[in-house]
Amino acid sequence: MNVLHFFLQNHEEILELTLEHLWLVGISTLLAVLIGIPLGIISAHWPVWNKPVLGTANIIQTIPSLALFGFLLPVPWIGARADRLAILALTLYALLPVIRNTYTGIRGVDSAVVEAGRGMGLTGRQLLFQVELPLAASVILSGVRVAVVVSVGLATIAAAIGAGGLGEFIFRGLAMVNNQLILAGAIPAAVLALSADFGLGWLERRLRPR
Amino acid sequence: MEPTSASKTVIELRDVVYVLPNGQPLLRGLNLEVQRGETLVLLGRSGSGKTTTLKLINRLLTPSGGQVRVNGAPIAESDVIRLRRSIGYVIQDVGLFPHFTVERNIGLVPKIEGWPAERIHLRVEELLRLVGLDAQMASRYPHQLSGGQRQRVGVARALAADPAILLMDEPFGALDALTRDQLQREFLALQQRLNKTVAFVTHDLREALRLGSRIALMEAGELVTVLPPREFLRSSDPLAVGYVQAFGEGLESVANRETS
Repeated sequence: MNVLHFFLQNHEEILELTLEHLWLVGISTLLAVLIGIPLGIISAHWPVWNKPVLGTANIIQTIPSLALFGFLLPVPWIGARADRLAILALTLYALLPVIRNTYTGIRGVDSAVVEAGRGMGLTGRQLLFQVELPLAASVILSGVRVAVVVSVGLATIAAAIGAGGLGEFIFRGLAMVNNQLILAGAIPAAVLALSADFGLGWLERRLRPR
Repeated sequence: MEPTSASKTVIELRDVVYVLPNGQPLLRGLNLEVQRGETLVLLGRSGSGKTTTLKLINRLLTPSGGQVRVNGAPIAESDVIRLRRSIGYVIQDVGLFPHFTVERNIGLVPKIEGWPAERIHLRVEELLRLVGLDAQMASRYPHQLSGGQRQRVGVARALAADPAILLMDEPFGALDALTRDQLQREFLALQQRLNKTVAFVTHDLREALRLGSRIALMEAGELVTVLPPREFLRSSDPLAVGYVQAFGEGLESVANRETS
């Protein structure tokens, strides 16, 4: 039995788990972007928030992923369903690259550009949306790219708590000492990570200011 | 150029003090007036407080003490966004928006102010002509321009909403000597047509003599003296004498003669 044969035979389940995997990664990345970009903006504009926000995100990053799943289990509502728990954990991990790159991107905008914008009477909001965010966009996107690639890998561990995704194959394969099963999870996960990396990298280059 | 209106003082600084958060004083009780239609040059070395003074006028900085008035009204009480839009601001590094074309750079404030697109387009064309740039430049991006062209766009952008006041912080300081000379000449011609009230910061005595109606000499956060260019050359003030000596021969010929 070769791997290709196995893939053809089980393509329905592979597809289903891949979609599940994508859903876990997609929702958590979306949440991380919705939370992380505002936090990055706050840290960049009000230096007092810089250390607490980035520090917390940094600490979360150092918690081993299995342990984080364990910590979150007793949390009400979250712990009740495995997919909620997995999404929350993945979101927490994805926060750091998003916050950090938003912060770096905004701080990296040429100070003369910001000064000129303020001097000509742009409001804080106009400066943010017309100048700072567009100029920081490629750096922010590169943070999102890192977050997605990391999440694709991490999400395989979510199967350990029964959240589904391609990790199902991997854990089943480990238990049954079946390499084909492991590959059935690992290969699609790698393909997902690589295509996210490539696609977002392409977008990032297009957004890069000249 | 005789003043026609009784209220000819446009910008007024009264006992202005500015202290950094760490306690270091940058301005110690500055009193200064800029009259309608004049170019007041703030001359001084780095750290003398010239740029700080300029930023107090458009409230990029807030004075620690004293009062700044523009057109008679204390600016601390005015709407800061409205104030800044009524004052053109040009800085040495220009600060063009790199992701906007020249046209969008110049037209940003008019657009925010709600001008119709056609009017903005005509205004941009007019301004490009005014600063000596080809109309084709409108679609270029800042990185496609030379340093001199960029600063011309910077001036055009500052003039976009037709402010009566211009603040210029070493606008020609980063340019090569030839371009600087040309832009200084154009500035004089432009100022003759537009009659803006200008506060102009420089550390270059030649530039000060050439462009200024009056020169305000600053040192260590204080105003040393305010004199028209030719009187500045004859001043017995030790710092003024020092400047004149440092810049050497031939200053008399550059001095702006159209002073009141």
